Amino acid sequence: MFVIGVVGVIIRRNPIVIFMCIELMLNSVNLTFLAFAKYGPATANADPYQHAMAGQMAVIFVMAVAAAEVAVGLGIIMMIFRSRSTIDVDEVNLLRG
Amino acid sequence: MPVQVTPDLMIFGLLAGLAAMTAVGVVAFRNAVRSALCLVLNFFTLAFLYFTLRAELLGMTQIIVYTGAIMVLFLFVIMLLNLGSLQVLDERPDLIKKGLGFLFGGALFGLIATQVVQPFLQTSQQFAPEGFGSPQAVGRTLFTSYVWPFEIASILLLIGIVGSILLAKRRI
Repeated sequence: MFVIGVVGVIIRRNPIVIFMCIELMLNSVNLTFLAFAKYGPATANADPYQHAMAGQMAVIFVMAVAAAEVAVGLGIIMMIFRSRSTIDVDEVNLLRG
Repeated sequence: MPVQVTPDLMIFGLLAGLAAMTAVGVVAFRNAVRSALCLVLNFFTLAFLYFTLRAELLGMTQIIVYTGAIMVLFLFVIMLLNLGSLQVLDERPDLIKKGLGFLFGGALFGLIATQVVQPFLQTSQQFAPEGFGSPQAVGRTLFTSYVWPFEIASILLLIGIVGSILLAKRRI
């Protein structure tokens, strides 16, 4: 799923779809965190309870950051669309030096 | 090691296959609304995968946060930008970019497969104690060991709220 997200970011030109692909990547990482929290080999000096909790905490914080990121990113898309009336990422090259 | 087909494995295979298929759908559909609906389905299957991993609280959070909040935001912006008009959505095919994308994707898949699959295959028993995904356990850990990251995340969310309002307003 992470790879599908990366390929999507590269080949699509619609920034909304690119955002969806970023969400895909974040979610795949979340799933991996949880799977390792459940099945992962706890190291010798680590409490298995703390080990399992660390994965869940990471997932919670990734979710919070993803929510903020989507809100700000969609706001930026709205601004760009309003000022240039296109959102094609290859056309928006204001940052090009 | 022969793999025994248990009901758990069948359910996992079903959910994982559905998640992968919907993820492909998000990228492959030309229409942004269809991509968004595929993403909703993908988030739901992920939530059920979390349930099968016994992380009940995170599964519920996944449904509420992602399919409830984030996808509504996506669909709302698609509606506001009126992307239903095909003129905006029309993407010119770019074969070089697609080829490069698939090449990098294949390389990355190989890298991740060699790195992640190996430790997964070595572990057969689960180490997590019973009930590690219950709201009590998660809340106790969140407010004791992880209270500073929690506060920083709340400040980040506040900044996100203020920033998106500033960006979306026409005049301040």
